[in-house]
Amino acid sequence: MSSATNTLPTGWAWYVAILTVLSLLWCLWILVNNSKKIEPKDQPELHGQNVWDGLREYDNPLPKWWSNLFYITVIFAVGYLALFPGLAILPGYLGWSSTDRYKKEVAEVNAEVDPIFNAYLKQDVATVANDKGALQIGGRLFQTYCVQCHGSDMRGSKGFPNLVDADWLYPGTPDAIKTTIMDGRVGAMPSFAGQLKPEQIKDVSQFVLTLSGRSASKDAALRGEETFKQICSACHGASGKGNVALGAPNLTDDVWLYSGTAAAIEEAVVKGRAGVMPAQKDQLGEARVHLLAAYVYAQSREAAPKTPAQ
Amino acid sequence: MSETKARYFENESYNYKIVYQFALMTVVWGIVGMTVGVLIAAQLVWPELNFHEFLSYGRLRPLHTNAVIFAFGGCALFSTSYYVVQRTCHVPLFAPKLAAFTFWGWQAVILLAAITLPLGFTSGKEYAELEWPIDILIALVWVSYAVVFFGTLATRRTSHIYVANWFFGGFILTVAILHIVNSAAVPVSLTKSYSAYAGVQDAMIQWWYGHNAVGFFLTAGFLGIMYYFVPKQAERPVYSYRLSVVHFWALIFTYMWAGPHHLHYTALPDWAQSLGMLFSLVLLAPSWGGMINGIMTLSGAWHKLRDDPILKFLVTSLSFYGMATFEGPMMSIKTVNALSHYTDWTIGHVHSGALGWVAFISIGAVYYMIPRLVGKEQMYSKKLIEIHFWIATLAIVLYIAAMWISGVMQGLMWRAVNPDGTLTYSFVESVKSSYPFWFIRFIGGALYLGSMFIMAYNVYMTVRKSPVTRAAVPMPLTPAVA
Repeated sequence: MSSATNTLPTGWAWYVAILTVLSLLWCLWILVNNSKKIEPKDQPELHGQNVWDGLREYDNPLPKWWSNLFYITVIFAVGYLALFPGLAILPGYLGWSSTDRYKKEVAEVNAEVDPIFNAYLKQDVATVANDKGALQIGGRLFQTYCVQCHGSDMRGSKGFPNLVDADWLYPGTPDAIKTTIMDGRVGAMPSFAGQLKPEQIKDVSQFVLTLSGRSASKDAALRGEETFKQICSACHGASGKGNVALGAPNLTDDVWLYSGTAAAIEEAVVKGRAGVMPAQKDQLGEARVHLLAAYVYAQSREAAPKTPAQ
Repeated sequence: MSETKARYFENESYNYKIVYQFALMTVVWGIVGMTVGVLIAAQLVWPELNFHEFLSYGRLRPLHTNAVIFAFGGCALFSTSYYVVQRTCHVPLFAPKLAAFTFWGWQAVILLAAITLPLGFTSGKEYAELEWPIDILIALVWVSYAVVFFGTLATRRTSHIYVANWFFGGFILTVAILHIVNSAAVPVSLTKSYSAYAGVQDAMIQWWYGHNAVGFFLTAGFLGIMYYFVPKQAERPVYSYRLSVVHFWALIFTYMWAGPHHLHYTALPDWAQSLGMLFSLVLLAPSWGGMINGIMTLSGAWHKLRDDPILKFLVTSLSFYGMATFEGPMMSIKTVNALSHYTDWTIGHVHSGALGWVAFISIGAVYYMIPRLVGKEQMYSKKLIEIHFWIATLAIVLYIAAMWISGVMQGLMWRAVNPDGTLTYSFVESVKSSYPFWFIRFIGGALYLGSMFIMAYNVYMTVRKSPVTRAAVPMPLTPAVA
């Protein structure tokens, strides 16, 4: 019996239960009261003498099949209330609850499928990434749990990384991918609005554009280089190649998580960015994450040669 | 039946003006609401039709539901209930100025909805999206409606109240309570408010409202229409008085409990979910009581169906009513709901009720009233009513069959699992597979809308150059005592 069955204070539970019973009794009473035998007649009889705008009413008896249907549904309701939670004061004879049922079903399915997943858990991610069966399962898991952000083609969207471009914010090794999925990541770029003047922000953004060979104002970029070296290089590195240990993006490869325009770069410097990959270990468990990591690794590896050389 | 020569209160006449205004707006808002529906159906097939945020799917979908339920359905209910309550009480409408206010007030509500919803002002509650100032206007109009309706009942010249008026009365009272309780909110500005309830209680209040909007607005009210126009058009007495007593009281008692079936498998406690399911099942017989009483009223008049397109509309609407009220209880069963919920099956179910039952009975009633309101024998063209009927029927079949198939398909795809426990299909695959059915649904919707233009033309040709007629109030018949 689950404690979730009853969530009402006792007084209210009784109030609702009594109303429930009265409503069912009311249905029965009105049915019985109007089912009194009528002598069968050749002609239907009119009810009373009333005429409304020329309209009158017959007083035919209730169709038998119809009142029987009514009785059956009321009796079913009474039986159900005895067996299952429904009458707010009673948990029901069977002690059934949706929470228990859910837990039971999950346990049953897990008992069936855990051996499949656990077998893969014994191998390392790189090995699993060569197993065709494992990749099929991983792909289906991806299509269920990951597509909402990374897309069904794995190419991500603004703020959500493309997983098949061979560019990695965090290390793209099998074990690092698994860590990313298990524990999540927080890609925090702080806001520099308080620290830098608006002109400096414009200048440094122009300089960042030059790092990937994008067109930029030369003078502004020259002025911005100083700021970059003083501030940005702490995470993005002196040459702007980023740092996968921190999740600081490489700014020289012309791969953009948000957008490669001056406006978007300025926005990042002014407001900062907070890219969050949620941790999956509690929801999915290690065994499924293991297969997901193998799938993502395999897909990115396959896609790598297609990516233009940097 | 003993018929004596009708005598009249020559200095009194029925208030036909208000009935006529609402009847015309029923057709106008029907076309507007269904046009928006066809547009959003098209947007699902061709997403590039989301031209601008004001015309995007998310903004237009609530506009469609509000327009067809409250503008089209609402005007049909105002029109028919005002017509029926006067005529069956043999007395002109009570408080005619207040009645005029209900017309202009209701049109103002609809216009405000048509402006604010595309602009994105919404309280986020399904079928109750309008923000608090409009909610207050709705409450004022509704209370005025109640005063006019019950005032007319109170001044009636008949000893008993006709069965259609029980249903209209039940619908008016309950909708007032539902609207006021569910719309309770804390305003933070003229255009933004927060619900007075939180979490699962908010959800429960919302679906108590939501399902009773179906039960009282779209069912009890339209049963009121049925109980007048079916026996009138068939020229037969209502089949069974006692059946109407049983199904009326059972219907209004059990509908109140059915809301939780919208919240199966959510944070709502199990016991409340069970009650929603059980009372939905108990609701099957009371719902069918109305269908039986309507269809059996035709006993001895079946031949009229052959060449009376208005009767075709009325009887077909009862068939769709019976179908939808069988389907509803089945879908409320938890295990069935596990498959049907969140799929197109629900959309199909709603539209067999909306297009088949609600709209068909309204269309039949409007075709009945329009010529009488302008003092004519019949509509401009009977043939066009016949064409309207067949196109609209075909449209519904296309629509609901497409939604049944795509709904069951979506439900099955979403729950399909592989031996390793992973899902067989990703969500987008179920979207892709739905496209052909969404296209068929679009065709069905477009046909239905097209048939409404035929109705508009027929109504226009009937009423043009004809002012609203003056109808003297007949004295109630005192039947000869046998």
